[in-house]
Amino acid sequence: MKGFGGPTQAPAWVTHGLVPLINLGLALLIAGIIIALIGENPFEALRLLVLGAVGYPEAIGYTLYYTTNFVFTGLAVAIAFHCGLFNIGGEGQAYLGGLGAGLIGLYLGHWPAPVVIPLAIACAMAFGAFWAFIPGWLQAKRGSHIVITTIMFNFLAAALMTYLLVEVFIKPGQQAAESRTFEAGAWLPFVHDVFAAFGANIGRSSLNLSIVVAAVCLVLFWFFVWRTRWGYEIRAVGHNESAAVYGGIAPDRAIMLAMAISGGLAGLVGVNEIIGVHHRLLLEFTAGYGFVGIAVALMGRNHPVGILLAALLFGVLYQGGSELAFDMPNVTRDMVVVLQGLVILFSGALEHMFRGRIERLFARRARAAVA
Amino acid sequence: MEAVTWIVLVIDATLRVSTPLILAAFAGMFAERSGVVDIGLEGKMLGAAFAAAAAAFATGSAWLGLLAGIGASVGLAMIHAFACVTHRGDQVVSGMALNILVAGLGPVLSLAWFGQGGHTPIVADAARFRPIHFPFAERMSDVPFIGQIYSEIVSGHNLIVYIALGMVPLAAWFIYKTRFGLRLRAVGEAPEAVDTAGISVAGMRYRAMIVCGILCGIAGTSISIAQNALFVRDMTAGMGYLALAALIFGKWRPVPTLFACFLFAFADAVQARLQGVDIPGVGVIPVQAIQALPYLLTVLLLAGFVGRAVPPKASGVPYVKER
Repeated sequence: MKGFGGPTQAPAWVTHGLVPLINLGLALLIAGIIIALIGENPFEALRLLVLGAVGYPEAIGYTLYYTTNFVFTGLAVAIAFHCGLFNIGGEGQAYLGGLGAGLIGLYLGHWPAPVVIPLAIACAMAFGAFWAFIPGWLQAKRGSHIVITTIMFNFLAAALMTYLLVEVFIKPGQQAAESRTFEAGAWLPFVHDVFAAFGANIGRSSLNLSIVVAAVCLVLFWFFVWRTRWGYEIRAVGHNESAAVYGGIAPDRAIMLAMAISGGLAGLVGVNEIIGVHHRLLLEFTAGYGFVGIAVALMGRNHPVGILLAALLFGVLYQGGSELAFDMPNVTRDMVVVLQGLVILFSGALEHMFRGRIERLFARRARAAVA
Repeated sequence: MEAVTWIVLVIDATLRVSTPLILAAFAGMFAERSGVVDIGLEGKMLGAAFAAAAAAFATGSAWLGLLAGIGASVGLAMIHAFACVTHRGDQVVSGMALNILVAGLGPVLSLAWFGQGGHTPIVADAARFRPIHFPFAERMSDVPFIGQIYSEIVSGHNLIVYIALGMVPLAAWFIYKTRFGLRLRAVGEAPEAVDTAGISVAGMRYRAMIVCGILCGIAGTSISIAQNALFVRDMTAGMGYLALAALIFGKWRPVPTLFACFLFAFADAVQARLQGVDIPGVGVIPVQAIQALPYLLTVLLLAGFVGRAVPPKASGVPYVKER
């Protein structure tokens, strides 16, 4: 057992490619068995799912719209992971982000769009960051466990939003707990409208310019984590807190920074949903996207490239899953939730089950080749 | 008279609401006292709620429902133990995975088996745990005060309410007065010491997770076939997390945890009766404020602003035997 616990000598494509694929394959296999057990053909289900996700222009639009959300929440979970923190609160932070974007939409929607939209994005990030900063601060300064605090903050966010929508923002004379629709200044343009402005005709979908924000976030994330001092400090604290202290890094600052960034990224889901799609404040628009972020970050190994691929995969699953139910009434979107749980189980909780064995296998081969 | 009736009804509701909460919180106590963090209480309860409702509907027996509920919950607990104890996986990630898995699986299976859009058919009364009426409860209900207490609070609950309340002293005795309990607490505080004494750390943690699974199974069963008559999606509605909060609020100790459960259930019972009621001098208290109270209290407690909650030292840390 030489080198136990040390850095593995397995080639990068094994660690970052093969192992995640095997974990995904296992999750798909079990989901397939479940589909077979309830009397449907899993291969037919997979074919319909892929067709429903990328088979026609509108579907691709919706797939990318879901992907946008998952990039935000995946990056949010990942930055916290880099600091050794598990942020389960993406759901609540996204909810608050939506509130931030919505407040700008409601009160400044009559201003010109080039002013309102950046304001709304900044406000969504600030609200989300605030909602994650408190648990970060409590962890750093008061020693309360981040997991429990972020869970509690999800419920607090839900209570707050329900109160605000039922008692404060509700449109007068209406039953549903929704605000009025924003003025046009606070509408983030749909991608199909942008293309139409240039004379190109693509299918109508919920896909809006938030996807550009997501792309920028992916690049900035890479730069921040691997090319700045703050990113270095966050990673150092995540790897070994006492070593980081020895190196002159203040862990509490890194923790609070990582959580604030995490919350800001999760808050951007509010941009995609509130000013991108719904154009009004409503209940439960986060629809579990915050939790999908956990699966995305785990599968993507906390790297922007991996997160993009994992987010695309879940985008396909979400869009394809809702289409699938039309042809296979017994296989609904809930099946995708099952798959999501399995992915988290295999690539997160059971990551040591195969990883060590596979990496050792390839490490041995590599050494043999050298010899 | 009006006030007495009101109080009696609120206490009655508190007992009803607190039952799954107490069972789940004590399930969490066994897990976390042994060093396994379990945020999967929610998923185990939901899984048990589904299995109990499905089995009770299929067999017409509440007891087989309970058995199925416990079986499903223990199965999930074993997956958690396999991931966290055997493979030393991240305990929070594993708990979250199971919560999400069950949230999807329940509706998938009920749709496939019963074809009713994500919920089970309604379970007949004969296959449910119905309220048990103690002798003379009916006749005593007219007697002011004592009669009301007897007929509304002491009598007239379903069996699982009494099981939950009976389980509490039993669990406390188990944890503090038996050899198993001593080892359980030791394995959560200093596993290396337990290992040195020649006791298997993994074995203790697996056993603790079985107890955790059984209690969550009873809790889930009480939700679907005692308090309700069917399984619907997400019917546990965060109660597993609330139980976790109660466990922390009770500082991982039996009696304080019991009272934390009562407190949270009481808040819920009061909240249901205060909707839109104008309290003199205070005004209308928003329902959501009372709903948020347990979570807020837990955050404040964890942060050390109200007392101090110190978890078992080794909870959340996978045990690696020294080589």
